[in-house]
Amino acid sequence: MNGSEFSWSEFFHMGGYAVFVWSSYGLALGIVLVNIVSPLIERKRVVKRVKRAIARDRHASQANNS
Amino acid sequence: MIKKIWAWIQRFSSPKHFYAISGKLIPWFAVPAFLLGIYGLYMGLFVAPTDYQQGESYRIIFIHVPAAWMSMFIYIVMAISAAIGLIWQIKLADMIAAASAPIGAWFTFLALVTGSLWGKPMWGAYWVWDARLTSELILLFLYFGYMALQSSIEDQRTADKASGLLVIVGVVNIPIIHYSVEWWNTLHQGATVAKFDKPSMHIDMLIPLLVMALAAKLFYAAIVLMRARNEVLYRERNRQWVRDLVKKL
Repeated sequence: MNGSEFSWSEFFHMGGYAVFVWSSYGLALGIVLVNIVSPLIERKRVVKRVKRAIARDRHASQANNS
Repeated sequence: MIKKIWAWIQRFSSPKHFYAISGKLIPWFAVPAFLLGIYGLYMGLFVAPTDYQQGESYRIIFIHVPAAWMSMFIYIVMAISAAIGLIWQIKLADMIAAASAPIGAWFTFLALVTGSLWGKPMWGAYWVWDARLTSELILLFLYFGYMALQSSIEDQRTADKASGLLVIVGVVNIPIIHYSVEWWNTLHQGATVAKFDKPSMHIDMLIPLLVMALAAKLFYAAIVLMRARNEVLYRERNRQWVRDLVKKL
């Protein structure tokens, strides 16, 4: 990264700060993924709950009619 | 005239309308967020030069600074939404606030942890009780407080009112975070970008920083819409349009 030839091992070494730099980037990636996945899971949960409520209301109205 | 504008606002802020529009909007935020994120990472890790004082460790700022900006930006969005919800009783605004809270808390957490990962090699300590760090930690607790109030109060309207008030009062913390590095003697370095004269930063370092910040904003926009849509479905679950829609899913 000093203008001389690029080397991957030097890149991953991060001038001796590898632990700090890569754990920062790793954590950021993890948090991004969690933020993408959790609303998708939440959506499934909400849809399930609404479906249950619909089914419950249908049973209640049938019970009232009979 | 005012009546017309009000009617227009109410129509466009109706949860049903929002649900339809936001579904179409999400990819327009998500795709640019992804592309800019990749570009910003490339610029930050491969193109930006080594810092002559901090060596390679400074590359943490391409994560840390955007995360810290987002932690405050999202809080302000939440506070404005909560105020709109309280004053004009616009339900959608309360949903935006509720949808923002976990995202803001994650960004705050990321800012705190990456800051301490940068502080260890630079200051020799993961944590110090200085003004910038402490006020940012209080921000995290404000997010937690909001979420705790939201989930602990059964009645949705009461929950929105109580948690909304907390967020609005907590806004006082935002200028404290921002000016903490000027008001107090702290270890944390002063502003290098958000100040009135020219940013004191090399352009090759500034570009990835700003690209990452923009990517983070777009990412938030996409995720907050996804979360707000969930809020709409759940809070409007007794409405016919939600039931018709859910049946098809």
